Amino acid sequence: MSEALSAAVREPPPPDGGAVAWLRRNLFSSVPSALATLLLVAGLAWLLPRALDWLALRAVFRPDYDACRALEHRAACWGFVAEKHRLVLFGRYPYSEQWRPLVATLLFVGALAASAHPRAWRRWLLAAWAPVLAAFFLLLRGGALGLSPVDPAEWGGLPLTVVLTAVVVAASIPVGVVLALGRRSAMPLVRGLTTLYIELVRGVPLITVLFVASFLFPLLLPQGLKLDALARVALAMTFFQAAYMAEVVRGGLQALSRGQGEAAEALGLSWWRIQRRVILPQALVLVIPAFVNSLLSTFLDTSLVTVVSIYDLTGALRLALGDPRWREFFLEGYLFVGTLYFACSLAMSRYSHWLERRLARWART
Amino acid sequence: MRRPRISWSTRSGRALVYQAAFLAILVLAGWALWRNTVHNLAARQIRSGFRFLDQRAGFDIGEGPVPYTPDATYLRAFAAGVANTLRVSLLGILLATPLGTLIGLGRLSRNLLVRALSAAWVEVLRNVPLVIQLFAWYLVLTELLPDPASPLALAPHAFLSKAGLQVPLPLWQAGGLVLERPEVGTFGVTGGLALTPEFLALLLGLVTATSASIAEIVRSGVLAISKGQTEAALALGLSRAKVVRRVVLPQALRVIVPPLTSQFLNLTKNSSLAVAIGYPDVVSIANTAINQNGQALECILIIMSVYLTINLVTAVAMGWYNRHVALVER
Repeated sequence: MSEALSAAVREPPPPDGGAVAWLRRNLFSSVPSALATLLLVAGLAWLLPRALDWLALRAVFRPDYDACRALEHRAACWGFVAEKHRLVLFGRYPYSEQWRPLVATLLFVGALAASAHPRAWRRWLLAAWAPVLAAFFLLLRGGALGLSPVDPAEWGGLPLTVVLTAVVVAASIPVGVVLALGRRSAMPLVRGLTTLYIELVRGVPLITVLFVASFLFPLLLPQGLKLDALARVALAMTFFQAAYMAEVVRGGLQALSRGQGEAAEALGLSWWRIQRRVILPQALVLVIPAFVNSLLSTFLDTSLVTVVSIYDLTGALRLALGDPRWREFFLEGYLFVGTLYFACSLAMSRYSHWLERRLARWART
Repeated sequence: MRRPRISWSTRSGRALVYQAAFLAILVLAGWALWRNTVHNLAARQIRSGFRFLDQRAGFDIGEGPVPYTPDATYLRAFAAGVANTLRVSLLGILLATPLGTLIGLGRLSRNLLVRALSAAWVEVLRNVPLVIQLFAWYLVLTELLPDPASPLALAPHAFLSKAGLQVPLPLWQAGGLVLERPEVGTFGVTGGLALTPEFLALLLGLVTATSASIAEIVRSGVLAISKGQTEAALALGLSRAKVVRRVVLPQALRVIVPPLTSQFLNLTKNSSLAVAIGYPDVVSIANTAINQNGQALECILIIMSVYLTINLVTAVAMGWYNRHVALVER
């Protein structure tokens, strides 16, 4: 009896809240954890003020070469970016016309953002993209409406990265769908050859495909027919990306139950109608998040074209670093361009995650 | 039994017609491209065939395990390139796997700081193009490090400078194992095992970037193991480290191995970016050869067959390992 009483008057356990409990749970849950926390806090306490100092507090933001030299790399020289930002962002596009790629890119990114929400996925969306793309290429290319013509060889920087990514992804989706259907075909010849193509392409690095574009395409084309370097690279990257798209689409096709195709067949629909009306609409919606991931990886992959002398964002930075005066400030240049890539890429991957959750909810209801 | 007739009115008949048409289109397209190529090669006076492999290459290769001089043949140059590709890829895989595993486990840590820093590592490395990372690593190694005459001493007899990293090299000499130690002289560091900045930049770039992808694979593999497994093991009184090592990881490996294989292949394929920073891998050698003799078709075929062989061998090896760790069902 007395024992039970003493148990009843015992102090209640401390409430599971407040700053101390939070700290204990998240930073000091065990001895190794506490040691790791102390070590990391010490490291960050040493690093962060120095990083802040280098990046911002003592950095030079004016395009002043002498001031940058005087820093002797003890702080960042953003003056390099200030001096060369037009070259880095637009490459060798004629200087006085650079408002055109700027407007074109803003238009494109704006249209992309506007069509990002599933509520905008209507039939008219594809139709709405036609004038956007027309305006985009008209602005870049010129030659009409009083805009002076600019050769694609002079395109460069961020607009080139955007145009290459967009063209490659847009063109590789239909090719990938055809390849995926071929890989699941009942016809052994079609199935065998598409499987061979997909596996071969996925087995080689992108750079070989770029070599094919720059060295082999000129040999394969009939004499007199010439494709400019940008078109060749876009074509080769499309066929490369299509092999990966095919696997993405195949994943969606496999997620559908067999009953869908069998029911449609029992209704007497032809093979083409079954694919177009029953299978593909369901399969493609399932893989939209994977399409966004392909967009993201293509966006990062386009940086490889600098190896075959096309001046995309990466190539344009290297062009800017070709100036021997400013070359030593390469770290600032790479941080700037790397941050640009990082921001775009992170936005796309977050969007893909969001879409995935949303579509999963949509599929359940 | 009736023989299948080639007729439009049966499904098998239509399939035969479709396949015949498909094949005909492919053959026609192939023939047209082949004719163009022969024509173009003749017009540009480029020879064809693999006979060039026996000729003198004439260019130098900076490094590699295969002995090579500019007087050697193209065949030997390609062999040196393949050896360099394998060298950086194998070492990269060996370093990236433990690093990636550590960071993947770090993302699951109960410690908030460890979790946040691991997440930052993964996000930054996965969202910046590898080419950018390689260029940046290369410039850091060749511009920011001290001159070879006054190198950074990492340890006694291990030196880091603009000329690369020099470490002691174990040699089998006079029946015993001796260490050849690098020494600092007036003209830089001599002796020992020298790793060029190109090799180091490529290795660093590949290892850090791949470690981020491996971390994600390890994380999702561990998350796939049900919480009950951990709780049951903890209830048995095993320490946390032991639970991870003995209960969670062996089961997670089954989920991890297949995607890990494709990361190993990705690393190998990404080593072709060596051409961007001038490390003499097989792609760089092919690039030089194409610029010299214009035989693009042959050189590209060589690159492709090298990578496809590596893929095949890795797939077979990892398939064997996967069967080894797979669940043995009764």
